[in-house]
Amino acid sequence: MTDPAQIGRDEWVARSADRRDEGTGLRRVLNQLDARVGWWPRLAAVALGGVIVGQLLTNVNLQQVGFNSLLYALLALGLNIAVGWAGLLDLGYIAFFGFGAYGFAIFSSAALGTGGSGGAHLPAIEIIVIVLAAAGVVGVLIGLVALRLDGDYLAIVTLFVGQAFMEVVNNVDPGTLGGVNGLFGLDPLHDFGGQVSSTLGYYYVALAALVLVAAVLRLLDTSRTGRAWRALRDDPLAAAAMTIPVNRLKVMAFSFGAIVGALAGILFAAQQSTVFPTNFTANILILIYACLVLGGVGSITGAILGGIVVTVAEQMLSSPTDAGYLFYGLILLALVAKVRPWRRLAWVLGGIVALGFAAHGIVSLISSSAVAGHPGSTGWIGSVVSNYVIVPSNPVGYGNVLYIVVLCAMIAVVRLEGVRRLLAVIPTVYIAACCWESRLIVNPAITTQIMIGVVLIVTMAARPQGLLGSRRVEIV
Amino acid sequence: MHELLQTTVNGLTTGCLYALIALGYSMVYGILKLLNFAHGDLYMVGAYIGYFVIQWFGGPNAVSIPVPLLLAIMVLLAAVGVGVLGMAIERFAYRPLRDAPRIAPLITALGVSFVLENTVLLLFGGFTRSYSTPTFISFNSGITLDGVRIDSVELMIFGLSFAMMYGLHQLVQRTTLGKSMRAVASDREAAEMLGINVDRTIALTFFIGSAMAGVAGVMSGLAFNQISNTIGFLAGLKAFTAAVVGGIGSIAGSMIGGLLIGLCESFSASYVSSEYTDLIVFGILIATMLLRPTGILGQKALQKV
Repeated sequence: MTDPAQIGRDEWVARSADRRDEGTGLRRVLNQLDARVGWWPRLAAVALGGVIVGQLLTNVNLQQVGFNSLLYALLALGLNIAVGWAGLLDLGYIAFFGFGAYGFAIFSSAALGTGGSGGAHLPAIEIIVIVLAAAGVVGVLIGLVALRLDGDYLAIVTLFVGQAFMEVVNNVDPGTLGGVNGLFGLDPLHDFGGQVSSTLGYYYVALAALVLVAAVLRLLDTSRTGRAWRALRDDPLAAAAMTIPVNRLKVMAFSFGAIVGALAGILFAAQQSTVFPTNFTANILILIYACLVLGGVGSITGAILGGIVVTVAEQMLSSPTDAGYLFYGLILLALVAKVRPWRRLAWVLGGIVALGFAAHGIVSLISSSAVAGHPGSTGWIGSVVSNYVIVPSNPVGYGNVLYIVVLCAMIAVVRLEGVRRLLAVIPTVYIAACCWESRLIVNPAITTQIMIGVVLIVTMAARPQGLLGSRRVEIV
Repeated sequence: MHELLQTTVNGLTTGCLYALIALGYSMVYGILKLLNFAHGDLYMVGAYIGYFVIQWFGGPNAVSIPVPLLLAIMVLLAAVGVGVLGMAIERFAYRPLRDAPRIAPLITALGVSFVLENTVLLLFGGFTRSYSTPTFISFNSGITLDGVRIDSVELMIFGLSFAMMYGLHQLVQRTTLGKSMRAVASDREAAEMLGINVDRTIALTFFIGSAMAGVAGVMSGLAFNQISNTIGFLAGLKAFTAAVVGGIGSIAGSMIGGLLIGLCESFSASYVSSEYTDLIVFGILIATMLLRPTGILGQKALQKV
C-alpha cells in the first residue's frame, strides 16, 4: 500500500494506481501482449471481427443492435475528443449529433422543396462533405464561446446548447425542419448509382466509418496536437506557460468532436430514414456519457468497447429472458470478483440461495396469496426463481417498497466493513432479486435509465478510469 | 399598463421559485465548487412530497385539516425530506470524490440526476399529476391592487421566499455555522486546520440548499398545479442561470438573478412568444457569461494555482 501521506503524489491517484497493479499469471501475460502489439494490427483485428460478426447477424433485429452498437461507439469516440483528451466537459454534444442527422435529413428529403415534393435529394458524398464541414464550423463557433468559460460554466452553457438545439428544431420554421413531427421519408445513402438499403449494409457502412475515425483519432492522439490536448487537460495554466496555444486547441477539440458527432448523426438519420426532435434529448446524451465513462474516458478502445457494451446491455434488458442473464450474471461476477477467498464466496452464495428458498417456503406457508405472482423473468431462469423469490399477485406497490429497501441496503453494504458487509450482502442480493423479478424487469425502459445512472455513479466512485481508460494524474 | 403589471406579478412569482432553487445551487457551488445537476431533481422530489401530503390528508376535494395547517405540513415535510435526501446524496455520491479530478463529480451528478428522475418515474408513473390547488385554496382569495390580482398562493410564495432568504442571510452572516460555511468555501484545507468540521459543514450546506429546493417544489406545485418527473431538469437549468446571472456564491445575487430570469420569462411569454422563452433565457446566460462572468453581485474569483 502506498503511504497516503507521501509527498508529491495525490492520494486519490495513488489509490487508483494500486488497483491497477500489474497482476500475475494470465493477467500478466495479457498485459505484456497488450504492450507489444501495435495499434494498427489491433484495429485491423477489430475490423475483421466486425465483418465476422456482421456475417453472423442473421436477422434484422440483431443487425439493428449491431448498427446501434457501432453508432454509439462512434458517438463515444467523438465525445472523447473534447471530454477525454482536452478535458472540456461538453454537455452539448448531442446537438452535433442532431445537427448531422438534421443536416442529412434536409438535403435528402423533400424539406427544401414545396408541398412535400421536390427538395434537394443530394447524393451521399455531397451531403457528407457539406454537413461535416458545416458541423466543423458550428463546432468552432461553440468552441469560441467556450474559450471564455471554465469547467463547470462550460458544462452548463453547453448543456443549454443541447437544449437550444431541441427548441430550434421544435419551433423554428416547421415547414423545413418539421417541428415536433420531425422529417421523414429520407433517401437512403446513395451515390454512384448504388444505394445502401439493408440494415446489414448500414452496419458495414458504420463499421467502415468507425474504423476510419478510430484510425484518424489514434494518429491524432499521438501527434503534437494530441499531446498538447492532454497537457491542456491536466493543467491549462502550465500548458499555456509552455507556449501551447490553449485557445486554438480548445476550439479544435470542439470542432473535431462536432465532426465525428455529425457523422454519426448522418448514419443514424440515413438508417432510420426519419428524424424527430426526441431523438436528441438529454437522455441520449447521458447514454453516450455512460458509454464513454464505462469504457474509460480518454481511451479509444474504451470508447468503442463502452458503446458496444452499453448498447448490447440495453438490448438485453428489454427481453425478459436475456435481462435475467444480465442481472444474475452481473451479481455473480461482482461477488466472484470481490469476495475472497473462495471458501467465503461459497458461504455467501450458499447463504443467498438458502435464504431465498427458506423465505419463500415460510411465506408460502403463512399466506399463499403472498407468493401467487409470477417472476418477470422468462426461460429457465424464470422457472428456477419462481420458487425462490417472493412475488405477490399484485407486485407494483410491493416492488416499489422493495426498491427503496434495496437502495438503503446497498448503502448499508457500502458503509459496513469485513464480515458484517458479507452478512449484509446476503439479504441485499435476495431483496434485489425479489425487486428485480417483481418490478424492475417489467419496466425495461425505466430500468435501463436507472442502470445507466447507476453505472455513471458507480464507475466514478469505484473505477474512475473505466474498463480500459488510463489513469488521470492530477497535479496537486 | 394593466397587463404589464399582471405580467410583472407573474414573473416575480416564478422568479421567487427560481431564486430559491438558485440559492441551493449557489451554496453548494460556493462550498464545493461542484455543479450539482441533481439539484433540479430535488426540487421535483419536493413537489411530489407536497402532492402526497395532500393525498394523505384526504385529497384536494376533502382536506381533513385546516388548509393553513396542511400547507405548513407540506412545506415542512418537503423541506426535511428533500434536505435529508440531499445530505444522503452528498454523503454517498459526492464525498468519495472530493479530491478526484473536477470532471468526476460532475459526471456523478449527472448520474444522480438521472437516477432520481427515473426512480420517481418507476415509483409514481410518468403521467402529470395535479395539485388541484383551486379546490382547496379559493382562486378569489388574495388581494386586488388597482385591478391587478395577486392570489393567496402568490402572496404565500412572496412571503415565504423572502422570509427564507432573509433567514439564510442571517444564518450565513451571523451564526457559527454560517461562519464555518464561509470559511470552508474560501479555503477548505485551512478551515480544517482551524478545527472546523468540514464534513459536517458541507453536509449541513447540502441540507439547507436541498430543503429550499424542496420548498420551492411544493410552492411550484401549488402555483402551477402540474407536476411530473421531468420538471426538474429545465427548472434546474434556469435556476443555475439565475445563480450565474446574479453572481454565484452570493445570496442576494441569486435572489436578484432569480427574479430577473422570472421576469424575462413572463415578459417574453406575453410580448414575444412563449416558444422562444427558453432560447431567450439561454441568450441571457451566454451574454452574462461573456460580458460579466462574475454576475451582477459576484466577486471576481481568484484563481488558485
